[in-house]
Amino acid sequence: MKKLITILAATVFAASAFAGNITVKGSDTLLILAQKWAETYMTSNTTVKISVSGGGSGIGFAALQSQTTDLCDASRKIKPAEQMKCAAVFEGGKRPTEYKVALDGLSVYVNPENSLKELSVAQVGDIFTGKIKNWKEVGGPDAPITVYSRENSSGTYEFFKEHVLKGKDFAASAQTMPGTAAIVQAVVKDKNGIGYGGAAYGGSSKLLAIKKTDTSPAIAPTEETVMNGTYPIWRHLFVYVDPAKDKGDIAAYLTWIRSDDGQKYVKDVGYYPLPKNLRSGN
Amino acid sequence: MNTLTPSEYLPEKTSDTTRLTRHFRAEKFDFWSFFFSGLTGLATLFILGILATILLNIIVNGWSAISWHFVSTIPKKDFFDANTTGVLPMIVGTSFRVIVMTIFVIPVGVITAIYLTEYAANTSIITRIIRAAVNNLAGVPSIVFGLFGLGFFINFIGKNMDALLHNPTAVWGQPALIWASLTLAVMTLPVVIVATEESLKAIPPGLREASLALGATKLETILKIVLPQALPGIMTGGILAVSRAAGEVAPILFTGVAYYMASLPAHLSDQFMDLGYHIFVLSTQSPNIEQTRPILYATVLVLLMLTFALNIVAILIRARVRKKLRALG
Amino acid sequence: MTPNPNNESRRSHGWMGIHRGHKARPGEWLAEKFIFLVSLSAILMVLLIFLFVAREALPVFFGQTNTALVQKPIPPDEMDKHSAAELEAYLEITPDQLAKLPKSTLRTMMDIKVEAQNDIPEDFRNDPDASINTTEWKYLIAPHKWTDYDKPEYIWQPVGQIKKFNIIPLIVGTLKVTLIGLLFAVPLAVGAAIYVSQLARPRVREILKPAIELLSGIPSVVVGFFALLVMATVLQSIFHYQTRLNAFVAGLALGFAVIPVIFSIAEDALTSVPRAYTQAALALGASRWQTAWQIVLPAALPGVFAAAVLGFGRAIGETMIVLMVCSASVLSWSVFDSARSITTTIAAEMAEAVSGGPHYRILFMLGALLFAATFVSNMIGDFVIHRFKNKLEGKR
Repeated sequence: MKKLITILAATVFAASAFAGNITVKGSDTLLILAQKWAETYMTSNTTVKISVSGGGSGIGFAALQSQTTDLCDASRKIKPAEQMKCAAVFEGGKRPTEYKVALDGLSVYVNPENSLKELSVAQVGDIFTGKIKNWKEVGGPDAPITVYSRENSSGTYEFFKEHVLKGKDFAASAQTMPGTAAIVQAVVKDKNGIGYGGAAYGGSSKLLAIKKTDTSPAIAPTEETVMNGTYPIWRHLFVYVDPAKDKGDIAAYLTWIRSDDGQKYVKDVGYYPLPKNLRSGN
Repeated sequence: MNTLTPSEYLPEKTSDTTRLTRHFRAEKFDFWSFFFSGLTGLATLFILGILATILLNIIVNGWSAISWHFVSTIPKKDFFDANTTGVLPMIVGTSFRVIVMTIFVIPVGVITAIYLTEYAANTSIITRIIRAAVNNLAGVPSIVFGLFGLGFFINFIGKNMDALLHNPTAVWGQPALIWASLTLAVMTLPVVIVATEESLKAIPPGLREASLALGATKLETILKIVLPQALPGIMTGGILAVSRAAGEVAPILFTGVAYYMASLPAHLSDQFMDLGYHIFVLSTQSPNIEQTRPILYATVLVLLMLTFALNIVAILIRARVRKKLRALG
Repeated sequence: MTPNPNNESRRSHGWMGIHRGHKARPGEWLAEKFIFLVSLSAILMVLLIFLFVAREALPVFFGQTNTALVQKPIPPDEMDKHSAAELEAYLEITPDQLAKLPKSTLRTMMDIKVEAQNDIPEDFRNDPDASINTTEWKYLIAPHKWTDYDKPEYIWQPVGQIKKFNIIPLIVGTLKVTLIGLLFAVPLAVGAAIYVSQLARPRVREILKPAIELLSGIPSVVVGFFALLVMATVLQSIFHYQTRLNAFVAGLALGFAVIPVIFSIAEDALTSVPRAYTQAALALGASRWQTAWQIVLPAALPGVFAAAVLGFGRAIGETMIVLMVCSASVLSWSVFDSARSITTTIAAEMAEAVSGGPHYRILFMLGALLFAATFVSNMIGDFVIHRFKNKLEGKR
């Protein structure tokens, strides 16, 4: 018992001695990018120490409201319930400040042998909700469609559900895969398969061109089309911060992430840099 | 014949003597006996075959990917990249949490076992409840331990500690190494209790009686005579608990494990990376499955070497203790 | 590794008879009380586990969670017109928080509420499902005809505008995977137990037993990894089914994990059948197999049954294997479809659930359910073993 108390006491003091650093926590989607930013920033700003950890956007927001992290990486927008909890603890009842830090284009993968080249957003939605069950209904071969989806805890799943399925449920027959790579692998093996995920992770699957409406032109997911917003399925990736903490080292770091310099690293990990007008210093 | 007839010894069917004689007429070669014995033998072989397949698959694929660089490197940028990654933080994290767990679980487990074997009357209600609780604890699903750790250690103990210590931000009311270790300690408590009890029972009662007869008190007898004798058993319990805990992932998911940490855990309130969880991450979250495969196998091999080495040691010690126990019985 | 409750030593509490006289020593007495108190920790832990898992789930049981998408917003200006209790429920805060938070903060929170209502897409505002509190028991257990569905269905889709928390697909998924695992593991493990305890020569037994028990030393995350990378591919090429990761693969992998549990307990039960039984049967001219099958197995049947029950408890609680191998929440009894177990659901969704929100509460409720299920199966298993051992020892 005595031992326990000494250990606990020692740790309390040790833990509180680290106040000056920046801690980043949240989405695993953003983790590699956040790590890259932190590494690069620390090499030129040696006085700052940044520690990055993941767990999920939900974990990040929970840490933001318990004030155990300075920055929260998120692959989705903050939810009202989380906003309220933050407001309840933040100085002056402020809400967390939202910064857009990168773009992610989500592409629709099919088997390379599939003759289909393009689909409209509505058609993609109907396929994933199970309304369209055969490829011939969208101009492909006469074969049943196998739908591959993500685990419902992933931000990609939620975004796809809200923006492509328009909030409707995924088909009950959809196969749940643990990650984007598993979806790609499955689609490459299954000639009737369809899946979704980051545009950069398509591997040897075929990425469909997407039409915003039935009449608009089909756009292939490329850096240019995602950045200028013509490719219709894309999302922002965010960093949230307590406005009271958004000064000094933290503000400088956030500005750097969103600058031309910081945005250089976004492409290395498969996302797309912010358009010029959203960057800092413009 | 007499030993077979009492109805409380055997189910009704087999106490029927006519049935017995009909079935047990001696035969030279009974095909069905041979066939069914063969089947059970095959079942045994099949299980061993599975075990061997898993182990060989992992050793063959893992051995070529494992290197000193791999086990001694802290991954700095992208841990899916086979060339630069390493598992040092995971090895440290897993070891750290297991060591902290041992500090808590061994004393409690050993004292409980002492109570059960040395003090308690076997028939008393309280002993039976303790035993039932120990059995139940052994059967609680590991994910429920995870929920318990989150609900009790983090949300209740941790948050209240923060309030008491007036921490401006949460230090204890969040996932941390200490909470993961404590959760695992609760989970492995039955392992330690059972192993210790077994070894305590293997000690000849004559030793205790001799000590008492010489005027030692009961506590002195336990501390100076019984415990030293039971040490191998206690060690087995500890090792089994460690090997069980080292491979568990579900209880630490919400209580302390981190997907990624840039530095090694240094404090009890830090989060940590973990071998088992890292295997889960590598096998499900990798952006390129083929590229990650070698490091995945290597990580699995590291974890297996850790748990198996511990298991084999425990089995060896236990075999010795059992032999001793049998010699007594 | 299940502790054996009945290893009651042949030596009853013999030498304890002396200890009465030591009560005169206060130190000794204190130590004894301390040891007693510590030994209660196992009971305490079981109680705490139940209490704290249930505590987090309480709002679901009492119907205090509300997931209705469309709620009548309270305009921030009318804050004072509402009672404290109404505001607490509306803002999901404790009375303590309500008293401490400044007016301006409360106002911000109410603004957020109003904005959230304004942000609801038009399609959903008029959807009859949007005013449903999906955490009511009715929706958790019974099927419901949701908009866009042809008939009432059981649906677990906890993320999205309208959150559907029907737990039936998860229960079916859990049972499906568990039963496949047991159908695979019980015959193998019991067969091996018969072989090792009855038929094998002692020297062989000394090697086989620890070797099989070594299987329990493989962490479940490693079994899951093996199933995901190797077994799934091999089995698919043998059976040619559509879905690569399905309940069949998960069930077999789960079987690997429970074989050592069932084996150990069954082997223990078979070994504890008195030697006189076998000797008598052999003396009558029965073969080894006949003795094992007709004398030892029937006598040990309760123990073997208990082994299967305890194996069941272990299998429904197994997390990592099912999490890695399959996870779609389809309500289907087909072996080659995917399945989502309760454990998988908790492990996968807790990290993204809003802490303290309805989803979080329901995951804890599932945990409590799981705890209750394993508690019951453990109790049955232990009870049966207890009876069985007493019977063998001639106690009633």
